[in-house]
Amino acid sequence: MSIDLAQFLPTFLEESYEGLEIMETGLLNLQSSEDDSIHSIFRAAHSIKGGAGTFGFNQVTEFTHLVETLLDEMRDGRREILKSDIEILLQSVDCIRLLIDADHNKIVCEDESISKVESLLNESLNSSSTDTQPQNENKSEKTQTATDAQSWLINFTPQPHLVQTGNDPLFLFNALADLADLEIVCNTSELPAFSDIEPKELYLSWQIKLTSSDATEDDIKEVFEWVEDECTLEITLLTNEAISDVQEDEAVNNDTQEQSIQVQSTQPESEQSSKQELAEPLSPTAITTDTNVLTTKPQSAIMGKDKAPAAKAKPDVGSIRVGVDKVDMLINLVGELVITQSMLSELGNDFDLSKVEKLTSGLDQLLQNTKELQESVMRIRMLPISFAFNRFPRLIHDLSIKTGKQIELVIKGEQTELDKTVMEQIGDPLVHLVRNAADHGIESTEVRLANGKSEKGTISLNAYHVGGSIVIEVNDDGGGINREAVLNKAIEKGIVEPNSSLTDAQVFDLLFEPGFSTASEVTDISGRGVGMDVVKKNIQSLGGRIQVESEPGKGSCFKVNLPLTLAILDGQLVRVGTEVYIIPLITIVESLQAKAELINRVSGNMVLYRLREDNVPVLPIYQLFNLEAQCTEIENALLVVVEFDGQKVGLMVDDLLAQQQVVIKSLQDNYQQVDGISGATILGDGSVAMILDIPGMITMALKQSKIAQKTAVNHNVEVV
Amino acid sequence: MPKFLIVDDSNSIRQMVSFTLKSAGYDVVEASDGLQGLQTAKGENFDLVISDVNMPNMNGIELCKELRKLPTFEFTPILMLTTESSGDMKVRGKEAGATGWLVKPFNPDKLLATIKRVVR
Amino acid sequence: MDIQSLAKDIPAQGEQSLEGIEFINNAEQYLTFVLGNEQFAIDILCVEEIRNWERPTQIPNSPNYVKGVINMRGIIVPIIDLRMKFGIGQCTYTVTTVVVVLTIEVEHKSKVIGFVVDAVSDVLNAEADDIKKAPAFGGSIPPEFITGLVNQDNNVVTLLTPEALYKIEKHQIDGCNQ
Repeated sequence: MSIDLAQFLPTFLEESYEGLEIMETGLLNLQSSEDDSIHSIFRAAHSIKGGAGTFGFNQVTEFTHLVETLLDEMRDGRREILKSDIEILLQSVDCIRLLIDADHNKIVCEDESISKVESLLNESLNSSSTDTQPQNENKSEKTQTATDAQSWLINFTPQPHLVQTGNDPLFLFNALADLADLEIVCNTSELPAFSDIEPKELYLSWQIKLTSSDATEDDIKEVFEWVEDECTLEITLLTNEAISDVQEDEAVNNDTQEQSIQVQSTQPESEQSSKQELAEPLSPTAITTDTNVLTTKPQSAIMGKDKAPAAKAKPDVGSIRVGVDKVDMLINLVGELVITQSMLSELGNDFDLSKVEKLTSGLDQLLQNTKELQESVMRIRMLPISFAFNRFPRLIHDLSIKTGKQIELVIKGEQTELDKTVMEQIGDPLVHLVRNAADHGIESTEVRLANGKSEKGTISLNAYHVGGSIVIEVNDDGGGINREAVLNKAIEKGIVEPNSSLTDAQVFDLLFEPGFSTASEVTDISGRGVGMDVVKKNIQSLGGRIQVESEPGKGSCFKVNLPLTLAILDGQLVRVGTEVYIIPLITIVESLQAKAELINRVSGNMVLYRLREDNVPVLPIYQLFNLEAQCTEIENALLVVVEFDGQKVGLMVDDLLAQQQVVIKSLQDNYQQVDGISGATILGDGSVAMILDIPGMITMALKQSKIAQKTAVNHNVEVV
Repeated sequence: MPKFLIVDDSNSIRQMVSFTLKSAGYDVVEASDGLQGLQTAKGENFDLVISDVNMPNMNGIELCKELRKLPTFEFTPILMLTTESSGDMKVRGKEAGATGWLVKPFNPDKLLATIKRVVR
Repeated sequence: MDIQSLAKDIPAQGEQSLEGIEFINNAEQYLTFVLGNEQFAIDILCVEEIRNWERPTQIPNSPNYVKGVINMRGIIVPIIDLRMKFGIGQCTYTVTTVVVVLTIEVEHKSKVIGFVVDAVSDVLNAEADDIKKAPAFGGSIPPEFITGLVNQDNNVVTLLTPEALYKIEKHQIDGCNQ
């Protein structure tokens, strides 16, 4: 029997990381109130240790053992739950995480934090008066004295209630039979009269002789391990004389009312080889390594059979835990799809025009099925944002210690669902925003008190859905952003011209300019080489955007707007020249036919279209993309008005086509990022269409007009 | 075919125990905590119960006590799966009516060899 | 079974791929194709498929030799006109015009790119010794594209370096955007 545990490694890893999160959350909660989360913390540590031992993660086992011991004392009330210990335990969680990684990659973790925390744990453990080290290592004292074939005599007298614990002597004898040949003699002398027999009691005892066995006394004791308290067990090594004694004994016994059973061992070999065969029936090349280890697998089995699980164990693949209900839903939908398909193919068998109506309704059904199926599949990728929010309680905890500020974290909307990929990529930007809020946003306690605020600052994370996107807010009730300071710094850095008049939103946007963050501002916490510009870039690469609102003295709010999924998009198909483009439906305000009287040319060849109160700049796609278009005159042209970040733009197109959902494909896979294009998709006829990146197009247009302005300005200067 | 009930809150351990037993030809039903285990046990008969000790909702010791109260589990072997090999643990298990104990780290061959003491 | 020792033996990903495959001889095989009047060749193992020319979807503001993208079984594949890129021959698109789709390994990722050529001609066997260094002074093709030259009867075939085809193409586009 060869059982490969490597295939369970991914499960163990996943579970361990979850366990660590449970520990972390639990430990943070422990501080605020003394609840029973200590039990779940203990259980998590306990499970990690158990699994780690199984997979040979020795560094983890050793380390977690200390943690577990400490937790065990806390759990039993033998130890007071001290703040200092919680701090050590939190650090231990980080250490275990490192060690799991190290053990997984089969390297020795040399991070100095490990030994530091280890000694802290030991210190803490030693400070307690009670001796709590569980004797885990008691297995090692195996005596290996007897190696030659020997015979043993066992007197086994169970207590009457033995069977009530679920033990059965017969099975014990069977287990013994695996060790050696047995001769068993049953003693029925204690058997009461039939009328007095208690059916649940055991009245028999046995004398067992093991002949020519390699088994040691410990091996035999091990078999009786579970019943040693419920029986009288005498094990004696038989010398040659003793054997003859026994034979005499037997002779005497045989005179009395006793029966003798012969149990022939199924495997006449020694324990070693019998278990070896048990473990490896296929291969004759099994190698025994040492006496404690039963067998190792032969090389061939590992190369052959284990290939698949090993491939699965690749850590990068990633996995999603999906609720059974979601899977059931999928199965149902696939079932419906199959029905529709068979209905349609039957219809196609002998089709004539009279059946057109049936065909149409069949196709409608197919459309419905596909749509539902698609939604369900998408839902599988959706996870509650709590997965991303989980790390923040710990972060805030650490940040308040580092900054010496009192910070409270409030989390709202953690059940809001988000695509797994988006979630994974939004984590770091959010961490940066929270660090920033703690470092720059929240004022020091003195300042807060001086300003009549509560001494405890609050950072709140909030997530909610708006249409097809999710909004994540990072709020702080700190001092707000100092508009003047930002502006001055930007001028100093040459990011904006002096005397330029900017709106608040524009000023706050400067925070995201590359090179805005200054050296004087870099602290241990938020100044880690990644600036806010990177945060913005990351968010934009996810198709999202970030906005800042701030009120002096009251605090700031960083609002991140992200698409729910990166895989699918509702789009409006438009045509420009020979090309079809897709405009994300979510960006479209309205589509209209331009009326000549509403077109204005202002400030040097800029075309504005009057849309009720707004003047909307017109952006001809053919110009931006260098295409041949059918319609180049703005008069009577079709305009699709889109909006991004409060900026409306009228895109000039040749024709409006259908609206449909499209699956987004990356251009970067085989090509590269293209300005103004967020991706591509495949249309019903198999052709490729580009998906327009509205913010990108606006940026492109701005760049073009800036270049135009600059040349114009330079020209003016020369003239003057 | 002998049918076993495996109760453990750790997914990986449960899967491994279950996999090991299944590949040895046993029938296995899984439960993720004591309470679920007890519910399952009330509906079916088993030839052996293997249970973890530390579990949410109902721990292994309580499960063992509850099972022993059921007429169908009066003589059923119940093994506790534990990392703690200390005597205290064994006494508590015994008091609750456990048949024996299996000490983690989990080793498949060892498991198969040991359960032969209580089932065949 | 000892799990510790077992865990050590888990083979790393891809460790035992391609075992037992033996090539018939040492010669590498190359697909030859025509640009204008010249013969070129590319390692045949890179060739994904050969397609008829179809009009691709344009990529906005791309250099003129990037013809656009096509859908190849759900994959978006960019199409580069090698004739235009190298300045060889006429860029006409006829029924014989074909697209050679290559899979190129770049930094452990495979990129699928189609190249427009005038025609595909043959498979060429060439051993390492057959490949001559290209003269340092030369035509319109940058030297990093060229692995070497192979004599075939009276003709000279230019072996192209697939990796370079991807890198240079990217580089050139970047340059063009500025």
